[in-house]
Amino acid sequence: MVRLGRAALLLAVLGFLYVPIGVLVALSFNESGLATVWTGFSVRWYGALLANADILAAALNTLVVGLISTLVATVLGTALALGIEARARKGRAVEALIFAPMIIPDIVLAIALLSFFSILKVPMGLHTIILAHVVFNLAFVSAVVRARLKTFDWSVTEASGDLGADGFTTFRRVTLPLILPAVIAGALLAFTLSVDEFIIAFFTAGAGRSSTTLPMQIFAMIRFGVTPEINALAALVMAVSVTAVTLAQRLNRGVIAP
Amino acid sequence: MTVLLNIDAVTKRFGAVMAVDRLSLDIYENEFFALLGASGSGKTTLLRMLAGFEMPEEGAIRLDGADVARVPPNKRPVNLMFQSYALFPHMTVEGNIAYGLEMERLGRGEIAARVGEIMEKTQLSALAKRKPDQLSGGQKQRVALARALVKRPRLLLLDEPLGALDKKLRAAMQLELKRLQHEVGITFIVVTHDQEEALVMADRIAILKDGRLVQVGSPHEVYEAPASRYAADFIGVTNFVEDGGRVLAIRPERIALFPEAADRKVEGRVVARAYHGLDLMLHVATAMSAQPLIVRVTAAGADRRPVAEGDMVTIGWNDADVRIFTD
Amino acid sequence: MLSQSLRARLLMAPALLWLTAFMVVPCLLILALGFFRRGIYGGVDYTFTFENFRLLADPLYLGIFLHSARVAGTATLIAVVVGYAAAYAIAGAPRRWQGMLLFLAVLPFWSNYLIRTYAWIVLLNREGLITQGLRMLGYEGEPPSMLYTEGAVIVGLVYNYLPFVILACYAPLSRLNPELAEASRDLGAGAFTTFRRVVLPQTLAGVAAGAVFVFVLSIGNFITPALLGGGKFQMVGNLVYAQFLTANDWPFGAALSMVLIAIMMVLLMAQAWGTAKGMGERNG
Repeated sequence: MVRLGRAALLLAVLGFLYVPIGVLVALSFNESGLATVWTGFSVRWYGALLANADILAAALNTLVVGLISTLVATVLGTALALGIEARARKGRAVEALIFAPMIIPDIVLAIALLSFFSILKVPMGLHTIILAHVVFNLAFVSAVVRARLKTFDWSVTEASGDLGADGFTTFRRVTLPLILPAVIAGALLAFTLSVDEFIIAFFTAGAGRSSTTLPMQIFAMIRFGVTPEINALAALVMAVSVTAVTLAQRLNRGVIAP
Repeated sequence: MTVLLNIDAVTKRFGAVMAVDRLSLDIYENEFFALLGASGSGKTTLLRMLAGFEMPEEGAIRLDGADVARVPPNKRPVNLMFQSYALFPHMTVEGNIAYGLEMERLGRGEIAARVGEIMEKTQLSALAKRKPDQLSGGQKQRVALARALVKRPRLLLLDEPLGALDKKLRAAMQLELKRLQHEVGITFIVVTHDQEEALVMADRIAILKDGRLVQVGSPHEVYEAPASRYAADFIGVTNFVEDGGRVLAIRPERIALFPEAADRKVEGRVVARAYHGLDLMLHVATAMSAQPLIVRVTAAGADRRPVAEGDMVTIGWNDADVRIFTD
Repeated sequence: MLSQSLRARLLMAPALLWLTAFMVVPCLLILALGFFRRGIYGGVDYTFTFENFRLLADPLYLGIFLHSARVAGTATLIAVVVGYAAAYAIAGAPRRWQGMLLFLAVLPFWSNYLIRTYAWIVLLNREGLITQGLRMLGYEGEPPSMLYTEGAVIVGLVYNYLPFVILACYAPLSRLNPELAEASRDLGAGAFTTFRRVVLPQTLAGVAAGAVFVFVLSIGNFITPALLGGGKFQMVGNLVYAQFLTANDWPFGAALSMVLIAIMMVLLMAQAWGTAKGMGERNG
């Protein structure tokens, strides 16, 4: 009885979580493009995406922002994690500083950066989005790498030194290979966050359409209502996130769920 | 005998804690030396200073006459076998062993030959391609040993080398380590808290307490002629009897049950008996001391004249077998 | 050779400098901005004033605050109750399934927020699937208006943050020693009493932390009210957005966002204090 109740509850919760997404994906393959009638399976709306220059330009911008901010954040975040975990004493101020990007409401960071850039008269565009995305991306990467380092046996780095390796060789041949799954998993999550991030990008992109990212494009399209193109685009964007996150979880079990 | 390692008035503090306190010690070429002490005695800190992971605040560590106290670990002809073994989990057995030789930038042929040779000696050849997590505890221990030995260091440091093994395997490995040390002709320094291990393996033993040496000597010397009450208590089992301002220390095997002739005889009641297979430990309450005296009787002796709990017995010993401390 | 501590500092420095430059300094700037006057043509007039904070107490804005708090509070309550139940069910499932179940529950959280919200527009709009379903069941006449209601906003918030709550509740539940519950049963407590006296007290800290985040993220939300509330239902987040992009009153927007940060800080401190107090009681 209890077990049955538990299964029913889980099924209901998972249904609640997945049915809306499932409907969206299903509709993206509906030939008619309408939510009301199913006229057959088709990929024509995906084709329509490829013909839409605005969407392609936005996708390219998103890719640029995602890749560069992930790369920078992965290097900085990994170094940060190594630095923190190598210290015997943990600074409270440092902990707060790293925790903050994960809990500050997006809208606050967004307007803070907008004010910051406008007061300093920094021209805004893709580069300012990248600067902003590195802030939360590096916090996530360092959190993932630190979680790995918590179970890291530091005596292997001493063993490497004892056997004659210098600091750099030890990092290249022992430390890095051992934390690499976590580093890559952190990078994949950072990339997902960056690709999906809307509010901060929206505020730090500056005027003009040239720095529109995919979420900004989607937001603009949604305001016009439900269209089959959005369904197709949404399905594609979600497929990218799901793939990246699943890969991250497989590489480094425990990164998003135990 | 030539001095290989000269530890000269070495001091190391951690904050307010004095880990090693002006400690001086010479270790000779080809010796199997044991640093014995309880946890917190400073033995591990001393070992880490010899390996180069800690720097002494004062004093010198001379290896072949040259002070190496400030030489980083990767530049010392000294290798450490870690207590946790610290095997590289992403490399094979072979890869782990070759690592240290690769750091010396030796040719590929020479590395392969030396790795092969040491794997032969440590019976690891069949496991060459395995990763550490596919090995048993004893196998990991041999890989850690081979990885350090293959570098042919002037000095090999072993931090609780048998600590992670079960009791039977430990006994076998004690002899195995001794055999290997003879074969390779390298000076070994073993850190251990297990006095039995030190007695079995070492040529000489140093007993440490609070960062200072209590006694240095051969296993026979430290067992039969402990320099202090602490040493007597730490190694083996000792009975202590207060006698005026003095303390008499006597080993259980030096006390005879129903002695015919003894310098000193005393009556007592058996309050407990513990059977150990080879021998029997009798706890005998006497008027001499608050604690019952422990008397070791061989199984054969016990069979000749059985003693039960509650029996009154006479025990005795000779003055030559008593150590006297005045502390 | 670099000392260990110097090397650690060097490794940390670039990231910490980045966070300082692009998070701490901008946030301090916003703090300062709240004490200035709005310029006549937008922009900022750098004369000191408390006017922005006085304006916060204006009935119009106070009303929005209270309304936001009610919506966010309702969403948080629903998400916590459902999320805790789901986490409890997952923690009670066979060990080998737990990882997979939790992964499935958390996965949606890592997909695009806009799209997840948009999915509800597809379901709830006048010609959407729910209306269709009702028609098929024989419902005639004007379909009920479901989109652009407070209910839609609450459903959207619950939908988006539920995975997070499940994760936050699962962590302490999975760490719980199952023998404690068995001991409670052995000592004569029923299933519900065991839950209330043994399980819940030990997992409450994690639940509270999860609840604080959901509440703060909800009250500061901007996308869900904009898309599912149709702009009618303003949350504090929408208000901040409007000050910067339409009303052009940056100082007031800055003061508003400070309120968000203040709410978050107060709740986090309350949660930490509550946890510490709970610990104290257990230990003493």
